Amino acid sequence: MYESLLTASGGLPAEFERLQREMQQALGLIARPGSIRAVAQGAFPAVNVGSTPTSVEIYAFAPGLRAEDIQVQVERGVLTIEGERKLDRPANDAKQPVYAAERFAGRFRRSVSLPDDADPERVTARYRDGVLRVSIERRQALQPRRIAVQ
Amino acid sequence: MSDKTTAPAADEPALQPRVDIFEDTGGITLRADLPGVPKDRLAIDVDGDTLRIEGEVVLDAPEGVEATYAEVRLARFRRAFTLSPELDTGSIEAQFRDGVLHLRIPKHAHAQPRRIEVVAG
Repeated sequence: MYESLLTASGGLPAEFERLQREMQQALGLIARPGSIRAVAQGAFPAVNVGSTPTSVEIYAFAPGLRAEDIQVQVERGVLTIEGERKLDRPANDAKQPVYAAERFAGRFRRSVSLPDDADPERVTARYRDGVLRVSIERRQALQPRRIAVQ
Repeated sequence: MSDKTTAPAADEPALQPRVDIFEDTGGITLRADLPGVPKDRLAIDVDGDTLRIEGEVVLDAPEGVEATYAEVRLARFRRAFTLSPELDTGSIEAQFRDGVLHLRIPKHAHAQPRRIEVVAG
């Protein structure tokens, strides 16, 4: 242990970096390539994308908003979710000390590229329990069809 | 109030919810982001000096959905805090709306600042 600390070529910082990378790998965080529009970890809101044969489902984890404060737009195959989250956090002073300020505050904007068969005309968005779910139906013609053999 | 360093009887891996914590003369306010947790899947427990928040994420997913990209990879939030003795754990108030938990932990009446009148004479 001590030996490896002393002989590491990049010194301590490099060792920490290596440790962090190994941990991320172990947790499967960098196991597969991300989307080109993916942003740094911890971005707001976090986004999950799911797929079914008939639709694309996007979940944005954006707690503490009102439905009317969120704008959802589909343009040229890219879904954009934007809005603003205002927090009434007190100024950190002697009267009201702040011990943790981890929650995101301010304007946000995230984009997700959609598959080719996503139909921009058939999009629904619902906000519930702090999660925005956007469902985009796939075009009928591109869905797999079974052809009867005569 | 401080983060518990030892994990509470952790059975399942969980995400740490992001929190804001601030104090005023009357007590401590804690707000936690728990997106996707319905009200009936949220549990707030006080055991001795430990406050524990735990919630299960429930997403209404259509049948046969397959994840193609995921930043939220666990379906559970959990975080524990150690409370100090001047806090009145018996009168904690909690509100939960749109995935944000608001907790108010008041201080015991005797722990609140009092102004002492100076009597002339």
